[in-house]
Amino acid sequence: MRWGVITFPGSCDDQDVVDSLKSDLGQKVKSLWHKDELSGNFDCIVLPGGFSYGDYLRCGAMARFSPIMRGVVRFAERGGLVLGICNGFQILCESGLLPGALVRNAGLQFVCQPVHLRVEETDTPFTGGMKKGHLLQIPVKHGEGCYFADAPTLERLQRNRQILLRYVDAKGKPTAAANPNGSLENIAGICNERRNVFGLMPHPEDACNTLLGSDDGAKIFASIAAAMGEKAKQHG
Amino acid sequence: MAEAPGIKLLQPAVTPELVASHGITEEEFQKIFDILGRTPNFTELGVFSVMWSEHCSYKSSRHYLKNLPTEGPYVLQGPGENAGVVDIGGGLAVAFKMESHNHPSFIEPYQGAATGVGGILRDIFTMGARPIASLNSLRFGSIDHPRTRYLVSGVVAGIGGYGNCIGVPTVGGECYFDECYNANIVVNAFTLGIVKKKKIFTGIAKGVGNPVMYVGSKTGRDGIHGATMASESFSEEKEQRRPTVQVGDPFTEKLLLEACLELFEQDYIVGIQDMGAAGLTSSSSEMAGRGGSGVELDLSAVPMRENGMTPYEILLSESQERMLLVAKQGCEDKIKKIFDKWDLDAVVVGRVTDDQQFRALWNGDEVARIPISALTKEAPVYQRPVARPTNQDQLQHLDVAAIDEPKDLTAAFKQLLTAPNIASKEWIYRQYDQFVRTNTVVASGADAAVIRVKGTDKGLALTVDGNSRYCYLDPYVGGVLAVAEAARNLACVGARPVGLTDCLNFGSPENPTVMWQFAEVIQGMRDGCVALNVPVVSGNVSFYNETDGVPIHPTPTIGMVGLLEKVARVVTPWFKTAGDVVVMLGRTRDELGGSEYLKSLHGLTRGTPPWIDLKLERAVQSCCLEAIDHEILCSAHDLADGGLAVALAECCIGGPEKPLGVRIETHEMIRGDALLFNESQSRIIVSLKEANLDRLTEIAARHHVPMQAIGTVGGTRFTIQPLLQMTVEELKAIWSNGLTARLK
Repeated sequence: MRWGVITFPGSCDDQDVVDSLKSDLGQKVKSLWHKDELSGNFDCIVLPGGFSYGDYLRCGAMARFSPIMRGVVRFAERGGLVLGICNGFQILCESGLLPGALVRNAGLQFVCQPVHLRVEETDTPFTGGMKKGHLLQIPVKHGEGCYFADAPTLERLQRNRQILLRYVDAKGKPTAAANPNGSLENIAGICNERRNVFGLMPHPEDACNTLLGSDDGAKIFASIAAAMGEKAKQHG
Repeated sequence: MAEAPGIKLLQPAVTPELVASHGITEEEFQKIFDILGRTPNFTELGVFSVMWSEHCSYKSSRHYLKNLPTEGPYVLQGPGENAGVVDIGGGLAVAFKMESHNHPSFIEPYQGAATGVGGILRDIFTMGARPIASLNSLRFGSIDHPRTRYLVSGVVAGIGGYGNCIGVPTVGGECYFDECYNANIVVNAFTLGIVKKKKIFTGIAKGVGNPVMYVGSKTGRDGIHGATMASESFSEEKEQRRPTVQVGDPFTEKLLLEACLELFEQDYIVGIQDMGAAGLTSSSSEMAGRGGSGVELDLSAVPMRENGMTPYEILLSESQERMLLVAKQGCEDKIKKIFDKWDLDAVVVGRVTDDQQFRALWNGDEVARIPISALTKEAPVYQRPVARPTNQDQLQHLDVAAIDEPKDLTAAFKQLLTAPNIASKEWIYRQYDQFVRTNTVVASGADAAVIRVKGTDKGLALTVDGNSRYCYLDPYVGGVLAVAEAARNLACVGARPVGLTDCLNFGSPENPTVMWQFAEVIQGMRDGCVALNVPVVSGNVSFYNETDGVPIHPTPTIGMVGLLEKVARVVTPWFKTAGDVVVMLGRTRDELGGSEYLKSLHGLTRGTPPWIDLKLERAVQSCCLEAIDHEILCSAHDLADGGLAVALAECCIGGPEKPLGVRIETHEMIRGDALLFNESQSRIIVSLKEANLDRLTEIAARHHVPMQAIGTVGGTRFTIQPLLQMTVEELKAIWSNGLTARLK
């Protein structure tokens, strides 16, 4: 399959996603520049973490206007897979591809630490390779990762089973202490109704090699690769 | 008499008051007059004041710094450039340096610390290296001082705010509290970058006619005379210095970093240098100085952020996120295209000349003309008076017998665990992105941070160390110990040192006792470096860390870098498996002087620091390294602040895994508090499988290292028989909350 990873001005984790996909998962990856139009054949577009445009305005509020985002929105509308990590998640919310918003952490400080995540739904290309209830250990690192949505939106997310990852403790319980940023319902990652756009605050690219402490992040990328492989076979 | 240039420009008359307000002495002014053969104009006076400031000229420290060993088989670039560079094999090199940002961080903690990080990052990428890891060394006043919480919160947020945003992980550091820093904090920032050996760039200007280009942010009035401020002691009015603190913009620096690295892939430039302290003035004159050339700057071409800026302000501005480069003739447009992609300014602001003069033009008129050598080589060098403090003997006198040994050592231990210097620093490091760039193998909390070198099997270990209490009590020994502990920290993770950088934070050099401390610390560092075979490749001196005549403790910070040939063999400090045997390498002496225990529980900063035998130190490190090479150690941890008890506690609870208990049996014939809490040097706690004990015994014997099996890992209790015991759960709770509870 073909991955595209966008670099916005201020993206920090773009090269990390590229490196992890290439060296740890053996994937084909193309780096994309935000000023270009999206062109070429891709199976999954990744919006990486970082501080696009310095995040001096609301996080992601500027990046959604980058030229490449027009193509990303069209790509998603056609059913292409879009993965937003951290700042990428914020950009997806700002551009309306995902509901809700990410606001300042409840503790008002930047938080960098490994967290436990529970896989809530598996009928998506992003989590299909794992079992429901599976626990992942992946780091978070953000100042504005507190997921917020109004009550009707939250209700819709639940009804449509769009909450894919929750912050939990080591035993798998979604406790307040296990929630690093005060997110509603311990939400760490959600998808859209069509299940082809996924945003999460934790950084799977930082957890693709046991030398670095965990390779649980690779399970998310591997799920996507497997899903696309299946699709390719069906179409093949 | 020749006339000063710039007659058409309205400039203040150079009066004795104006000269004094620039921090220039009468003798220095006479020297300037002799060099120029005339009175300098206002602009030239400003240029001299920054270039001859302590911060830029090292005029008080130069005499001593030259004694430090700076050469080694792997050193590619020693002191004198933007950063030191060391060969790590396979065509790769690392560039690293540490710098202080003490004064600005006290005045405006967030921006002061943030721009400190920004400055050191530029020092690294100006060498052609991509920054891949940062560390920091922080010193604050007493945790109970009303300003401390504000300063800690601001500094930590500032370091994180800049480092996180630019995408360079902060992988380690150290933080201490002592009332000697109540009015002068220490903020030292370290960064390491990686560079292909063939792609190292330096700050040099040569090739007559080559264009001098300005890239990055526009110039504003911020930070004017920052270098001069860093060369003065604080007084009551320091708060009014706020406008001399620069404001950081990590986003622009991120763009500048990526644009520069893209530029370095091409062959378009001769040299490049960061505009740091003393901005455009120091970068242009230092580059010309290294190239043996002159430089002509057209100040009216400099991109400006504000209207009505004068040549004086443009030359002295310390606006951040700017670089100066010397392009190859004809490459200007290609360079502009790269910076254009990143939405950054890149403009020609001058050219390299052959007259060895620093010349600045303003709308065609010459406003400054100074020989380059006057700025870079002829700055005054002082051998300032030194005097051993009259109370030094008294400080070193410690009557241990007069100190009551606590009846309940468990209670004493609990108290020590909550001391801000001992308790977990998680509150600090969880605010830093430690993982970006996906190299972090061992992050904060270990003896040294370890990062992998992508594309190789190698790893790099990084540590910053310094114990200013030791240096206060005996600056010579303190200097030795700082180097020894840094190297020992590297040995504990399995790395051999390749070089060090230092940041020397002291009081006023005009105070003879401070100068004595400085001379002694340097001598100690020198002896430590020679004995352990570590060259000094870069460094920074920060004097004038004193307020109303009271200096901080002498605070040398050592940033040391080590190499692991096989990063997969890395060892961490934390116990791994129940049943493993705990062994101490080295020996515990009967001493207590300078310990954190004396300070925290008895309020004493007294005695002589721990004794060190550099031969034994070297042997202990070699023994540990050999055992790690043979993969027989499960953990290794240096004994430092808080001694044996604290080190064992950290082995049990400091790691990312589930806490483990330990049971230790002691048989030493010294008093209990000394045994538990003294800080005897050259000791490492290791754990290993019992089956490997014989092999370790053999290695230790060969290195003439005393070793002793002292206990076993496992259980839910932390026991040091017969002195103290508690549950591991309680231990963890106390240690984890000690600092957090005080900073909330």
